[in-house]
Amino acid sequence: MILTREEQRHSTLSEEVRSEMLAAVAACERKRGAALDVLLIAKRYYGWISDEMLRELAVILEMSPAELDSVATFYNQIYRKPIGRHVILVCDSVSCWIMGYDLVRVRLTARLGINLGQTTPDGRFTLLPIQCLGACDQAPAMMVDGELFVNLDATTIDEIIQRYP
Amino acid sequence: MEKPLTGRMRLGEGPVDLDAYEKAGGYAALRKALLRMTPEELIQLVKDANLRGRGGAGFPAGVKWSSAPTGVDSPRPKYVVADADEMEPGTFKDRFLMEGDPHQLIEGVILTSYAIQAEIAYVFIRWEYTRARRLLEQTIAEAYRKNYAGSSILGTRYSLEVRLHVSAGRYIAGEASSMLNALEGGRAVPRPRDPLPTISGLWGKPTVTHNVETLCNVPHIVSNGAAWFKSLGRTQDAGTKIYGVSGKVKRPGAWELPMGVTVREILEEHAGGMRDGLTLRGFLPGGASTDFLTEQHLDTPMDFESIQKAGSRLGTGGIVALDDRTCPVGMAHNLITFFARESCGWCTPCREGLPWSAEILAALEKGEGSPGDLEILEDQCRLLGPGNTFCPLAPGAVEPLQSALKYFREDFERHIREKRCPWK
Repeated sequence: MILTREEQRHSTLSEEVRSEMLAAVAACERKRGAALDVLLIAKRYYGWISDEMLRELAVILEMSPAELDSVATFYNQIYRKPIGRHVILVCDSVSCWIMGYDLVRVRLTARLGINLGQTTPDGRFTLLPIQCLGACDQAPAMMVDGELFVNLDATTIDEIIQRYP
Repeated sequence: MEKPLTGRMRLGEGPVDLDAYEKAGGYAALRKALLRMTPEELIQLVKDANLRGRGGAGFPAGVKWSSAPTGVDSPRPKYVVADADEMEPGTFKDRFLMEGDPHQLIEGVILTSYAIQAEIAYVFIRWEYTRARRLLEQTIAEAYRKNYAGSSILGTRYSLEVRLHVSAGRYIAGEASSMLNALEGGRAVPRPRDPLPTISGLWGKPTVTHNVETLCNVPHIVSNGAAWFKSLGRTQDAGTKIYGVSGKVKRPGAWELPMGVTVREILEEHAGGMRDGLTLRGFLPGGASTDFLTEQHLDTPMDFESIQKAGSRLGTGGIVALDDRTCPVGMAHNLITFFARESCGWCTPCREGLPWSAEILAALEKGEGSPGDLEILEDQCRLLGPGNTFCPLAPGAVEPLQSALKYFREDFERHIREKRCPWK
């Protein structure tokens, strides 16, 4: 697939991002092998992948947009919808469930005024469930923007939320 | 008691760095193997040591290695993939190993690669392990700088490229063939069991995949020998094991102990027993996909065969304790919901059967269960069992359900009879 001139003029990727992606592609045996690398680079810069961006990434990877979309939608950490400035991942696996996941979920949804899978109207937080974060000995646990928080209770949850304006 | 895997770690001091690792004998095994051992000798050594996979299946590592083609005309490049995609609920041992002593893993990866004469090695790690990712990036760079990786390692004719692959989530990517599809930039769905990845794996080339903990054992076997490794275990299984305990125990945590210590020793001596006022009703011995065991199994040695004889699996060795104030139906619901969400959707029994089971369990929890529900759940356990699905996800998923139905039958029946969850 080749991008139209119109699409080339309105690229959603900065030159810096594009060159980082091309380097990832070059380091792989086959271009499509870098699909996850490229999607994660896009995530790092833009947070989520729009349809327009997906088409551009597909060109870089020499995949069809549909095929790349099937990959992008398969993995938890690739977002195909806009997300908030901060992403909270709440562990709902068995050890956290035993140790009080329900209380964590209730506190977070009450404080943020949203349910799991939603973004606050001010665009500050997206709240998502996640499978076991590997912190079972310090359950319940959650992750905000890649930072792990453990032994959660109502007080610590409120404090953590404050840290992310 | 010897603790080869965790012996260099110092509590509260952060990860073992390159300097400390080398001073404690790190990379001596690599030097020894590359300069004084042939790949065949290395494979034989690991076979003799009876190192079995620590990721859940317990397959002998040396046998796996020797199933990869050798010789000048074998397909190239060959690959080694370290599975650091730890996602089995109740399991945190690989994070512990990578955050505590990252060079140990990398040395194990390079040794394994040398054994099968691989050209490229991957560490396949989940996105959420942000700390381990940063550490491994640095660790791999240091290994290159010291020429433990890269071209002509330590002046020999052996060269190896070591790469860190950050994955983007999904439990099924931890299944070896799904992991290869993920590495090829596709959906992490499983491949047919035949041909084996060691014959045709990543990009159709011979590929050996191993769990992090398995690989961490390799340098110690090279340094100290097969007899030493076998002597570490208390039963017929060799080596030590990182056991973990979570749930309402006094001191949740992870400990390196001889393979084959009893469940009681782990739960009572190391985890401190249940919290005051609580008693143990049951436990998952090795993560979410293992059958429940109960108090009657406390004196079972935590090794592959003993736990299997008791009716479960050693799995990852991550014990999850169920106390008497936590609803076993609720726990089964949590577990099945996890597996329903993580099913890749490739084959029908798993895609349809797990959500169906989760719905029934949710209804039971809400007091909306009806007579006959338990029989449907039992049917599901059979229909999703071994032989009926494309990969081991669904058979693993129904292990805790079938054993919960067996050991906590009365609790399930009460939910239906009383039309409520008695724990709420």
